[in-house]
Amino acid sequence: MNTAKFSLIMAAIGVVITLIAHAVGVDYLYFASYTILQFIVLATAWNILGGYCGYVNFGSAAFFALGAYSSVFIHKMFPLPLPLLIVIGAVVSGVVGLGMGYLTLRLRGSFFAIATLALAVVLQTLVVNWDFVGGSRGAYIIRPEYLEIGSFKIPYIEYLFILMLALAIIALVTARTIERSQLGFGFATIRDDELAAEACGVPTLKLKLIATTLSGAFMGMAGAPFPYYIGYLQPQSAFGLEYAVNSIAMPMIGGTTSWIGPLVGAILLGTAQQYATVTISSAVNLLIVGLMLVGFVIIAPNGIVGLVQERLRRKRS
Amino acid sequence: MSALLHVDNITKRFGGFVALDGVTLEVMPGERLGLIGPNGSGKSTLVNCICGTLQNEVGSVRFNNQTMDGLAANERTHRGLARSFQLPRPFHSMSLADNLRIPLLYTVHARSGPLRSAGDLDDRCNELLTMVGLAAKAHQMPRDLTQVEMRKLELARAVAAEPKLLIADESMAGLSHSEVDDILALLLKLNERGITIILIEHIMSAVMKFSQRIAVLVSGKKIADGKPDDVVRNPEVVRAYLGE
Amino acid sequence: MDISFDLLINAIVAGLLLGGFYAAVTAGISISFGMLDIVNIAHPGFVILGSYLAYFININLGVDPILVSIFMLPVFYALGALIYQVYHVSFEKRGQDALRGLAFFFGLLFVTEVSLILVFGVDYRYVEASYIGPSIHLGIIDLPLRMLVPCVAALALFGLIELFITRTFTGRAIMAVSQDQLALQLQAADPIKIKRIAFGLSIAVAAVAGALLIIIQPVEPSVGREYIGRVFAICVLGGLGSMPGTLIAAMLLGVVESLTATFYGPSWAPAVAFGFLLLTLAFRPAGLLGR
Repeated sequence: MNTAKFSLIMAAIGVVITLIAHAVGVDYLYFASYTILQFIVLATAWNILGGYCGYVNFGSAAFFALGAYSSVFIHKMFPLPLPLLIVIGAVVSGVVGLGMGYLTLRLRGSFFAIATLALAVVLQTLVVNWDFVGGSRGAYIIRPEYLEIGSFKIPYIEYLFILMLALAIIALVTARTIERSQLGFGFATIRDDELAAEACGVPTLKLKLIATTLSGAFMGMAGAPFPYYIGYLQPQSAFGLEYAVNSIAMPMIGGTTSWIGPLVGAILLGTAQQYATVTISSAVNLLIVGLMLVGFVIIAPNGIVGLVQERLRRKRS
Repeated sequence: MSALLHVDNITKRFGGFVALDGVTLEVMPGERLGLIGPNGSGKSTLVNCICGTLQNEVGSVRFNNQTMDGLAANERTHRGLARSFQLPRPFHSMSLADNLRIPLLYTVHARSGPLRSAGDLDDRCNELLTMVGLAAKAHQMPRDLTQVEMRKLELARAVAAEPKLLIADESMAGLSHSEVDDILALLLKLNERGITIILIEHIMSAVMKFSQRIAVLVSGKKIADGKPDDVVRNPEVVRAYLGE
Repeated sequence: MDISFDLLINAIVAGLLLGGFYAAVTAGISISFGMLDIVNIAHPGFVILGSYLAYFININLGVDPILVSIFMLPVFYALGALIYQVYHVSFEKRGQDALRGLAFFFGLLFVTEVSLILVFGVDYRYVEASYIGPSIHLGIIDLPLRMLVPCVAALALFGLIELFITRTFTGRAIMAVSQDQLALQLQAADPIKIKRIAFGLSIAVAAVAGALLIIIQPVEPSVGREYIGRVFAICVLGGLGSMPGTLIAAMLLGVVESLTATFYGPSWAPAVAFGFLLLTLAFRPAGLLGR
């Protein structure tokens, strides 16, 4: 199925989901779904660099928070409409991703991974010490109650939900398109054997930079609406460990070689965590995510998608 | 006629260990050069420095009248240098045909000239696989191959980049007599088409049959460089490598 | 801002003492990352685990934390050996991309931290010992014993490791494994066993470092994460696997951090290590005394 048809189908699904959600109209559902959709974007973004190219990014929180804090920064100067903020968040995080990649991607993959960790902490320290965006005390963003355009009026949380749904669809379509393109082919060679890829003429540095920029940009996009969603943004929550762990756990548990993996991982883990946080505690919930990550990485390295593919292959032969 | 490849006084160190010590080597266009030497003498390091996988600290590499210093490996491949790896490094998540498609897409297409259609690419992959006798396994994965078949795939993948200079690094290890002859015949045919070839091998009969000139590397230094008959009788070469 | 000489000297001294300690914390990573090429980012998690264990035994049995750490050595060694075995069977042997190994250790770090939060909560914990509190005064220089004692212990530990690596057969085998696994095999030594010993050693050292840590400062579960940057920054800056380099880099980092905290405020301190790391990776990845 080619990209155009797939995009159309996904857009159609998006419209259907929006209409159903509107009909149900329960605020809690919007809040919960927003979180899961956000994770779909984060997991998909992480997977572009991690799953396709094999370069682990431990600092997903940094790019996410960059998006969130650029929204805060701009909001304090002159409020702009959210879609524009999302674009700005994408650009800021994309550029930082590009810069960091340029500095560190010439090194081995393990050095890059450590550098991403370093970036997250440096950025967090910068933000904590920057009073204009609230510093360690945090920043308040008053979320309007409704979105009104002319006579069209919906609850603001529904607006956020629709935006994140759109972002998720865009992320998934992008991932799938890359996967099936020459670019994705090149990414796979980097993952399989970077030295051999270079010897075959693959411009590995350029491709890795593309992956880092795209990945960072999408994470920034996911972060840009976050201050409006949460109302009160603190560095601890924006740079929270749960973003780093979930961005890695969801694709790895779902399956890293295809765009479906992060989607599956995000929906499964995201839903489970929503449930666990409410019924048990958020700490236990994170513990379970960590244990599942370790378990899956050891037992089912290709994730759920990999397990399904194995089952299908065995049925065929 | 100037040299196609000019390696000038290359030195490469790993910490305190000197892998290459002032190696100078020239290869003429269309030449068949054999490179021999004991294990650990630096042959693969030399290949890595020529092809850009490693960067030498001292000395320079000139290829086709262009300086290669500072160029990444993929850029050198674009300019016509190709190599097979001594320990095969296939792309293990792709089929054999797809393995060959990579150099076609990223090297051949990167050069100026008409782009091939998908069908043409398929044909070319098949042609290359047939050349090394792996056409039947086109859609299988590298993990299903024997060591010998993986070496053949390595060679085919290097040839796929349509190089001016091909460095075949121990492509014949483990092959039977007839298979060695097959690869030799293949390399000779490529050479007839104008591809300069550096053959790195331990199988002396093949090296003698193939090479117009032989260079000998021992402990990072080039100790001999000349006609095969002369080199083989060189007492230092005999002592260090050939034995008797 | 007055830069009083007093303050400056004491900041530098404190930095040196801290640096000595950092060297011991990093020694484990020098082994696992510098020599075995295993990116064990869970290392600081084991350090904190050591801190909490020292705390637990100190509070309940009144045993001196340094003493506790000596008893912890075999326990953590065994833990390290076990973890390496799992790592080897699941990743090294399968030739899996480094991705999964990294995710594995990240998961371990995470699980360790969250488990500690669940068991001990997020309050700061500290130990009690006779040398926490008093200081030695040499003129204008203050040497708080709670920093001096761990620094001395850390340097002793560091020296022992250096001796072990360079003088014993196993130690030299570990160095050999890092350089040429095949050659080691040809000498009929089992590289897997050597690596297991080395990794076990690195975790055991982490535990001791943890016990020292809780003498220097109160500890809570997320402190480990600050150390990730420090430890890797020192390791990379010092040149992977070079013990002398690690010591110099550790001292350097300690002093810079101390000066930053004294003159710019402690909230900037985490950025120092990680900033160092980024700069080193970007401009001089071989480190100061690179191999």
